[in-house]
Amino acid sequence: MLELKNISKTFNPGTVNEKLALNDVSLTIGDGEFVTVIGGNGAGKSTMLNAIAGVWPVDEGQILIDGQDVTKLPEYKRASYLGRVFQDPMTGTAAAMNIEENLALALRRGQKRTLRKGIKASEREVYRELLAGLGLGLEDRMTSKVGLLSGGQRQALTLLMATLRKPKLLLLDEHTAALDPKTAAKVLETTETIVSRDHLTTLMITHNMRDAIAHGNRLIMMMEGEIILDIRGEEKKGLSVTDLLSRFEQVSGKEFANDKAILG
Amino acid sequence: MNIASLINALPGAAAQGLIWGIMAIGVYITFRVLDIADLTVDGSLCTGGAVCIMMMQAGYNVWIALLCATLVGMLTGMATGLFHTFMGIPAILSGILTQLGLYSINLKIMGKSNQAINVDKYDLLVSLRYVKGVAFYKNTILIVAVIIAIVIAILYWFFGTELGCSLRATGCNGNMARAQGINTNFNRVLGLMISNGLVALSGALLGQYQGFADINMGRGAIVIGLAAVIIGEAIFGKIFRNFALTLLAVAFGSIIYYLVLQVVIWLGIDTDLLKLLSALVVAVFLAIPYWQGKYFSKPVKKGGNR
Repeated sequence: MLELKNISKTFNPGTVNEKLALNDVSLTIGDGEFVTVIGGNGAGKSTMLNAIAGVWPVDEGQILIDGQDVTKLPEYKRASYLGRVFQDPMTGTAAAMNIEENLALALRRGQKRTLRKGIKASEREVYRELLAGLGLGLEDRMTSKVGLLSGGQRQALTLLMATLRKPKLLLLDEHTAALDPKTAAKVLETTETIVSRDHLTTLMITHNMRDAIAHGNRLIMMMEGEIILDIRGEEKKGLSVTDLLSRFEQVSGKEFANDKAILG
Repeated sequence: MNIASLINALPGAAAQGLIWGIMAIGVYITFRVLDIADLTVDGSLCTGGAVCIMMMQAGYNVWIALLCATLVGMLTGMATGLFHTFMGIPAILSGILTQLGLYSINLKIMGKSNQAINVDKYDLLVSLRYVKGVAFYKNTILIVAVIIAIVIAILYWFFGTELGCSLRATGCNGNMARAQGINTNFNRVLGLMISNGLVALSGALLGQYQGFADINMGRGAIVIGLAAVIIGEAIFGKIFRNFALTLLAVAFGSIIYYLVLQVVIWLGIDTDLLKLLSALVVAVFLAIPYWQGKYFSKPVKKGGNR
């Protein structure tokens, strides 16, 4: 479904702020896999998602979605394959437009935008049902401006928008990090429901190791722009936080030894 | 100070306000919908006037002249749009570059710095001679009001279409728009074209109204446009929620601006100071939302907007 081949990206090259954010990353994600991504600040998690989404061009490497090379496609064209939810609840929706208008924009992702009506009457019923499914009472506020919604409501709506047109790949960039714990749990639950219902191939970044273990069927850990751990299948199912921490120490310790070996 | 002379001058001020109202609607599209302060208008207003006057002098029908002025205005918006999106120049600077370039182009269109058109020799659609004492269907105020109604109707329809909605999303949140597969660069160019088309249409009508096109006729147009937008929002913002009504409010804002201007002139203020006054008024009104946010913000309820 998704194939990253030797992706590298350096920010601010040639300046004091030069940062190698992705270092020769390769990753293949199969159809229907739900991959959670963990790693510290600056590990390259968001950079990897942005590279896939095409926010900026990568320096090196190739990105394939469903066998098609999208490396050179602009962000808005790749959007037809991708559903995205961002960390900041403000990013995923248009605040000055109302709920149904936002949904109508999302329904037309990957289609040519014509001079036909922006929202057809028949769509409203579908939206109402989907919103009711969120259990947030948004189905009765379809003509409210999205700017009036809470962060949790906006994330739930963004999630709905990202999956309204079934994406080949769902990218979740710490989409619960800015929410309070209770709301975060609710949004995560909604995520799980939608992903399993539509069998979506998903890549979810999280700061929370417990979430990373509890969700999905594959877990990758990143550090310094590289993927240092890739756990899947039965091993992933039986994983605990202590296991993960010890695995991390193991791997990063080895890294350290390697550095020492090179320098020493 | 003779109150009769003021009352005498008001219809003219209203007519002028309406004509500038079309330009203000154009400014609204860039400034509020697209979230770009587009300075192209100072040049494209004159371009519209110049194209219209020159074509009428060459014997073309007034409607053809207006149509061509609008189309050329759209081209000026496209130039700014391409500077901005294709060449990556900040929007404000793109507008300034086009505006400067248009100074030369406007001179070349007119051949000199101004060109007159005689209301007695040409069949003009609007004129300051048609404000009073003509058949009502020839009255400039009515004609411009009808044109504004048509413009608002078309824009209302357009911004409700799939394409129009995507344009609104582009101005509101570019990240979201791109994530939903919207070509934000294309939309920015399109928005600038629509806006400057309207500005040039306004310039074309203004040229006819005053009977000449002048190289300086667009100077400070952006400020008048912003003033109209701000006045319209301040006075009608609470009652006019609907998009069509918002555009109408902008047109009203423009009329109010010209009426107030007329009163200020009647009060005997040195007319050299008018532009300074306009600039200061607009500056203060633009500052109000900022000050409100900074000094008078109400504490946000927990679990509120974020």
